[in-house]
Amino acid sequence: MSAAARPPFRLRRRIGRWVLPIYAAFAITFLTLPVIVMIIFSFNSPAGRSNLTWRELSIDAWLDPLGRPGLAEAVTTSVLIALLTTIIATALGVLIALALVRHTFRGKGIANLLIFLPMSTPEIVLGTSLLTLFIGSVGWTFLPPGVLYPLGFPTILIAHVMFSISFVVVTMRARLAGFPRHLEEAAMDLYANEWSTFWRVTFPLILPGVLAAAMLAFSLSIDDYVITTFTSGQTKTFPIYIFGAQQRGIPVQVNVIGTMIFLVAVGFVALSTFLGRRQQNAPGR
Amino acid sequence: MAQVDVRLVDVTKTYGSDVRAVDGISLDVLDGEFFSLLGPSGCGKTTTLRMIGGFEEPTSGRIELQGEEVTWLPPHRRNVNTVFQNYALFPHLSIRENVAFGLRRRKVADAEVRTRVAEMLELVELSALADRKPGQISGGQAQRVALARALVNRPAVLLLDEPLGALDLRLRKQMQIELKRIQVEVGITFIYVTHDQEEAMTMSDRIAVMNHGRYEQLGAPAEIYERPSTRFVAGFLGASNLLPGTVVGAEGDHVAVRLDLGPIVRLPAAAIAGRSRVDVGVRPEKIRLGSAGAATPGVNAIPGHIQDLSYTGVSTQYRVALADGHLVTAYAQNIARADGGASALPGAEVLVEWDPADAFAVDPLPAGTEPATDPVTGAPIE
Ligand SMILES: Nc1ncnc2c1ncn2[C@@H]1O[C@H](COP(=O)(O)OP(=O)(O)OP(=O)(O)O)[C@@H](O)[C@H]1O
Ligand SMILES: [Mg+2]
Repeated sequence: MSAAARPPFRLRRRIGRWVLPIYAAFAITFLTLPVIVMIIFSFNSPAGRSNLTWRELSIDAWLDPLGRPGLAEAVTTSVLIALLTTIIATALGVLIALALVRHTFRGKGIANLLIFLPMSTPEIVLGTSLLTLFIGSVGWTFLPPGVLYPLGFPTILIAHVMFSISFVVVTMRARLAGFPRHLEEAAMDLYANEWSTFWRVTFPLILPGVLAAAMLAFSLSIDDYVITTFTSGQTKTFPIYIFGAQQRGIPVQVNVIGTMIFLVAVGFVALSTFLGRRQQNAPGR
Repeated sequence: MAQVDVRLVDVTKTYGSDVRAVDGISLDVLDGEFFSLLGPSGCGKTTTLRMIGGFEEPTSGRIELQGEEVTWLPPHRRNVNTVFQNYALFPHLSIRENVAFGLRRRKVADAEVRTRVAEMLELVELSALADRKPGQISGGQAQRVALARALVNRPAVLLLDEPLGALDLRLRKQMQIELKRIQVEVGITFIYVTHDQEEAMTMSDRIAVMNHGRYEQLGAPAEIYERPSTRFVAGFLGASNLLPGTVVGAEGDHVAVRLDLGPIVRLPAAAIAGRSRVDVGVRPEKIRLGSAGAATPGVNAIPGHIQDLSYTGVSTQYRVALADGHLVTAYAQNIARADGGASALPGAEVLVEWDPADAFAVDPLPAGTEPATDPVTGAPIE
């Protein structure tokens, strides 16, 4: 190495030492600034109805997070829908993924393709077409009124299950493709029938994937706005409540609940990373 | 007569329309026997084993376990257990729970599960590792866990699919002895799949040598080695010299065969089995090299000259060229030779001699094809 070759090398090292961390700091700030603002403003005590300018520190909103008319109902609805969506979409999605990975059947190719449809269709299109479908169901006498029309809780749930199921399937399909099938044969060899083979061997091994898929479904459901506006009728979910409140001024409580959701989500991500790492460490012998 | 544990009746398995993985196998495996399926890759060993275990359904034929038909029963309703090639240990369960898995599924009482699992871990010398997960033990240990997990259920039959395939040579030799010890100790019937002829011969009571979805010969190791009935079996089990000839007469329980290259040799009549054209086979270690012109009476002798020799320590390997250019391989143990070393140099005229009882006969190649056997290994050249 001649001395002439050293400066560029040293330069590159200096770039590595300073430029990248600075760049990363900017990127992280850019990504988290809105969240930080939201958290800070959850401790504000605004002058008027609108929580847009900082006045003074207060924990009033934290002490009474649901203290606005309609807010408690909206949050409850959102959480309930998200939980139900998670359970239904995960259960169905895991089964669909199992069928798609494990079995050959007529129409499998089409099913594989169609499962992507809700992911790739613009939400606004899904929302309007669901609305059309639900309104079109008015004449369906075999359905009791209130299931599909008038719009409400059931229609929101149906819509949420529909769009989150494809995310569950896609997540689970990737996990199942690498599943060591000979472990199931070993279980069957050791006197486990299909049922206990699934619960004793298959399920424990895909559990981290199932949890990841469930968290995805939950987070997709709880903050959906576009599709929900088309399918909710008079029922208000939390995102819809916020959008409605915007015209009158968003209460501080919204920031409080937003912060709570954020913390729960961060907790989920940390948990899912932890579980994923544990699965990686367990060799699939 | 020992009881039959596993019976296959004309079992066939085809994949799609053209792959005949198993092609009409019928055999009986006796109670307490160490039975091996030996054959090259792709000959259908695994498929046969999987049908006995219940993981594949035969296309046709019948499978019986201890006199009961099980052809269509799922694996969990057959009293057999399998040691898989890759062990297939459950990664989320401890070694102890892996071994207990079968007993728990059969609803064996908890106390009994504990004692039987402990006993079994003792047998395979793994008690110290009982609380580890499969990811934290070595390949040889995993192999023994797989064995313990199967044996603890006291199945009628244990199926083993190349269980030592993933181990290095030294560990493999050690585990062969270990496996045989355990089999004798527990007295369970083993059906053992391998493509390693030495492994099969060391451990088995009987071997079925498989090729292209069927077995070509079934018998005790010594029997199939000493008297292979087909060219394939002769080649798969070790080196052999094959010399084509025509049957010219019988004397008592021996038959005279005129080799195509001239000399007449004698064989046990049983080896000929009524054929008129045969290839006479002799294993290299059965051949003695005698001094030219001094044939021992009652022994087959063909003149030739030494082409080359290689010293391998335990033995010396000679290649002797016969009159028509055929090469015959002979192994001579390196014990002090009475006849002096001078006759054993390249170019020396010698007599290739062997006892008639040591020869076997296989079907000749179809007319027009050269006898294409590798002169050293004796394996058929495809
Ligand atoms: N699921 C399958 N579909 C199609 N062909 C198959 C299938 N399983 C096995 N075969 C074919 O059947 C034949 C026998 O396979 P098998 O696994 O029994 O061989 P093997 O004797 O165990 O070989 P190896 O020693 O390599 O394990 C092979 O030609 C193989 O390609
Ligand atoms: Mg195999």
